[in-house]
Amino acid sequence: MNKTNRTYVRVAVLGLLLVALVFALYSSFVKDPNAVKVGGDAPNFSLEQLNGPELALDDLKGKGVVLNFWGTWCEPCKKEMPALQEQYNKFKDKGLVVVGVNIGEAPVAVEPFVKQFGVDFPILLDRQSQITKLYRIGPIPTTFFIAPDGEVKEIFIGQLNEAMIADKMSKILPK
Amino acid sequence: MDQRKCECGHTNPVGTLLCESCGKPLNVEVYEQTAFPDMRYEGMARRSQTYTKKWIDRIWNYFSSVKIAIGIIIVILVASAVGTIFPQQQYIPVPVPTEADVARFYTDTYGVLGTVYYGLGFHNLYSSWWFVTLLVLLGTSLVICSLDRVIPLYKALSKPRLNQHKSFLKGQKLFAEGELAPDVDQAELLDSSALALKKKGYRIFRAERAIMAEKGRFSRWGPYVNHIGLILFLIGVLMRNIPGFYMDEFVWVREGQTVAIPDTPYYIKSENYHTEYWSEEEMPAKLELNGGVIPKSFQTDAILYVNKNAEVPGKKPDLIEVQKGPIIVNHPMMEGDLAIYQSGVQEMQLGALNFVLVDVKQGNKELGPIKIDLYNPAAEQEIAAGIKVRVLDYFPDFVMGKDGKPATQTNLPKNPMVALEIVDESTNQNEKLVYLQGSVLTQKSDGRFGLVFKKPDLIDISGLNVRIDKAVPLIYFGAFIFMIGVVMGFFWQHRRVWVQTQEGTVLLAAHTNKNWFGLRREVDGLVEQLKLPVTVEEKTKA
Amino acid sequence: MQLIQLSDWLLDIAFLLYVISSIVFVVAMTGKNWAGRDPKQHEQRYGRIAYWLAVVGFLAQTGYVVARWVGGGHSPTSNMFEFMAFLDYCIILAYLIIYRIYKLNVIGAFVLPLGVIMLAYSYVFPKEVTPLIPSLQSYWLHIHVTTAALGEGILAVGFAAGLMYLIRTVPQHVSARSTKWLEFVLAVVLMLVGFILMESTFARMDHKTIFEMNKEQMNPVGTMEKVRVEYTMPAIVAPADSKIVQAGPMNPWFAAPSWMEGKDAARKLNTMLWSVITGVILYGGLRLIFRKRLGALIQPSVEGIEPDLLDEISYRAISIGYPVFTLGALIFAMIWAQEAWGRFWGWDPKEVWALIVWLFYSAYLHLRLSRGWIGAKSAWMSVIGFVIILITLVVVNLVIAGLHSYAGV
Repeated sequence: MNKTNRTYVRVAVLGLLLVALVFALYSSFVKDPNAVKVGGDAPNFSLEQLNGPELALDDLKGKGVVLNFWGTWCEPCKKEMPALQEQYNKFKDKGLVVVGVNIGEAPVAVEPFVKQFGVDFPILLDRQSQITKLYRIGPIPTTFFIAPDGEVKEIFIGQLNEAMIADKMSKILPK
Repeated sequence: MDQRKCECGHTNPVGTLLCESCGKPLNVEVYEQTAFPDMRYEGMARRSQTYTKKWIDRIWNYFSSVKIAIGIIIVILVASAVGTIFPQQQYIPVPVPTEADVARFYTDTYGVLGTVYYGLGFHNLYSSWWFVTLLVLLGTSLVICSLDRVIPLYKALSKPRLNQHKSFLKGQKLFAEGELAPDVDQAELLDSSALALKKKGYRIFRAERAIMAEKGRFSRWGPYVNHIGLILFLIGVLMRNIPGFYMDEFVWVREGQTVAIPDTPYYIKSENYHTEYWSEEEMPAKLELNGGVIPKSFQTDAILYVNKNAEVPGKKPDLIEVQKGPIIVNHPMMEGDLAIYQSGVQEMQLGALNFVLVDVKQGNKELGPIKIDLYNPAAEQEIAAGIKVRVLDYFPDFVMGKDGKPATQTNLPKNPMVALEIVDESTNQNEKLVYLQGSVLTQKSDGRFGLVFKKPDLIDISGLNVRIDKAVPLIYFGAFIFMIGVVMGFFWQHRRVWVQTQEGTVLLAAHTNKNWFGLRREVDGLVEQLKLPVTVEEKTKA
Repeated sequence: MQLIQLSDWLLDIAFLLYVISSIVFVVAMTGKNWAGRDPKQHEQRYGRIAYWLAVVGFLAQTGYVVARWVGGGHSPTSNMFEFMAFLDYCIILAYLIIYRIYKLNVIGAFVLPLGVIMLAYSYVFPKEVTPLIPSLQSYWLHIHVTTAALGEGILAVGFAAGLMYLIRTVPQHVSARSTKWLEFVLAVVLMLVGFILMESTFARMDHKTIFEMNKEQMNPVGTMEKVRVEYTMPAIVAPADSKIVQAGPMNPWFAAPSWMEGKDAARKLNTMLWSVITGVILYGGLRLIFRKRLGALIQPSVEGIEPDLLDEISYRAISIGYPVFTLGALIFAMIWAQEAWGRFWGWDPKEVWALIVWLFYSAYLHLRLSRGWIGAKSAWMSVIGFVIILITLVVVNLVIAGLHSYAGV
């Protein structure tokens, strides 16, 4: 093999190995390629409502969506409910909807709670925690702020107060 | 000077130590002082030793070094050991639902060392970026070391070294020379040597005054074959990261429940779970178990469905049965690339509470049964004519809240508390009862209604591991090739024997890459058999 | 039932025979220089007796394997006791094969005592034949564990030959780094013997000491409780900040330093202290009695042997044992793990340490074949390699918890 051929071969082999290294490193950092990320699209889903017909996320395209995952056993979730309801009242005429996704609880457990806080935005029942897994929810409350075109603008983990909600909601209003 | 021209007329590439054609050491002036060149690569120039000009060449040379390879092996060895000092995150024996719990576990159980271990990320050592890099470096070393050596070796071994220069033979580890009696027919001597060696399994190459006998050449390829096996194995491991190639999910399924398998269009239903224990008669010997039991089998009878409505998660599924059968440890349910393993179980969990509503004022007359399905309590049930039971409130895992109001800790029915309203439409009576931890609290002290407890429905919850691993066939194949290579290399050896006659002397030399002991025996046997007038010298190892 | 009793008797007979064979081998090697005997004849005669004792012992143990397999319904490789006994069986088997090839008596003098130690270690564990739990109900149990044991047995013979090489070649007339390391290796072997002696003695005596630590931990059920630690051996060192809940044969002399906050740290330290102390006593005793380094003590008995031959035997054993070990401990293990758990490799401690053994012997082979590490360097590597195998058998099974640990102690 002459000199130039040898160099080509070496470059090719080392190049391939470098690609393998980059691929391996990338994979070790990005542990979950299916995770819902800021800047990505919010995966569509459809769940039964506590008080109403089945509702799909795609049905809400064109509106800003605040997707809030919660459970009755979660103290901060309870604390932020009134704030979410307040802000929903203020923004619902501006093309925004709040959707609460309850994680794996029976209607009889959810109903009293919803009544207690006077919640009138849609409450969806994720009975099998299927959507909770789809959105890779860890600690709760977790709230997704989704733009009218379906893009996730922000993911917030933890209790929200009115000021924060107002600020984040304003960013996903339809133009 | 680019190439070395040997006495015999052959031009050798630069870096060659033994002439490709006649075997004469090319740097004879230098080598008078030092030992004969290593026969490991037949005296050929390893490609990396010849060119070191460009930076590409320098990287290549770095990875072609066995010393570096050994270094990488040792570093991986030490790093792997570090990962066993404390349990890796997936092996923490207690529940740790959040990252904070994980951190606390290491500090609480192992003290300062544990905190350091966690801080350095060692609790997830084997998927860390630097460990993965080490594995890729190992793969790189495998590829480059092998290429660097196997190509020249193949070229060398394909041209059998026949009729070699005397200095080549003299330099071999096993060498002998002796004077032949003048009446000996040299050609006949060579012929009988060839025959004797052929009987021992050697393949003979003949020239006018020389023979070369060779056997087991294929075993020289052993190391390269096993390296290929390892490379395939590592590629398989790397391929797992391709989307869709690998999935590892865990689902809990209650008896009677159908659950979606995440990221797939499949649903799985548990019809029944059963743990069977070894009975005393079945046990081979009497054991002092003190009431303990030994499980015989863990089995979930399951049905696998595929959902035709799979495009929109959460939508009511349209299920078609795909497979039905038992899932037992060591015998997963397989469907295409999907494999479902019996992994865990929670037995005898509360599934439903059973009560009988009684009329206290009529001597506890039974009015009707009440069943509260703890996973799906009916909002209202009519248990007798005109008597309805409504669930007002339900706390599956009851705990008293900080504000003094009842609350629930989780959404699992570990400690249910139910608030019921009993309505008798005929008399317009309406009473509230609360069930909690085996007792009933009534609203009024002289109420009409009471609850009698019946045995609750207990269910088993199966823990199923669902996995897809499309790279496994490649990984197995790589391991198989590795074994072939190792067997080729270790259970056979490459032996060569040279017999040459030169003006009244006979020269005998032999070489093997392994097991000199055995070769020595064979050569001694040959000398005996042919009554060659030689004494074999064996050079001591360097 | 009777088959199992028979198997127990056969194992005891085998053990006895191995012990006698070890003694006779040692006599064969050391008695060479007694006055009035022809050394070679003496060695041959006693060597032959010892060899045949080992063969009969091996046959007895084969009887144990068969009887236990038939009586128990599964291959005798399902718990710690069975595995260690089977490993010992493989070591003796590997020895018998190597002996047939190389016909060196002295190998027996090293391998048989090693076999005795392994079998004695197995006696530490509960012996009852138990039916197989679901995860072990697979034909892979027979294949994976037996092949892995065979591989380790052959590597053990490589270790014995390597150790013999060092004893033969390390010059004892001056005290140097090499003599000190050799003594250290022999002392560690004695510590292992000490560990086995102490563990079996105290386990039989059943005088546990139980401590309660002044901190709480979540248990597997999910509730918090005060941490309890149980010692099988008498307490020399108590856990930091703890009190005795059940007293044992002795009161602890001191408490572990406060930075050893780990729950089991003090107990492991205690076990280690016992092993070290016993080993030191054994070592010190031997040195006092014989008044020379142990390496120097044993050296005369290996004097007549060609070091190159020992080097060859060690390498040959390792080059045969390595493929068998790879096949059994890694490949068959991966296939079984894939079938049982759905993942062929999970980085659990036992798997990792099997990989470490494999990586180490890979390094050994590369150093020998490509870097020319033969002779003493290679012998040291073969010794270290076996120490690593011992770590997987002792430390990983007992100390580090895992999906895999046989334990049952």
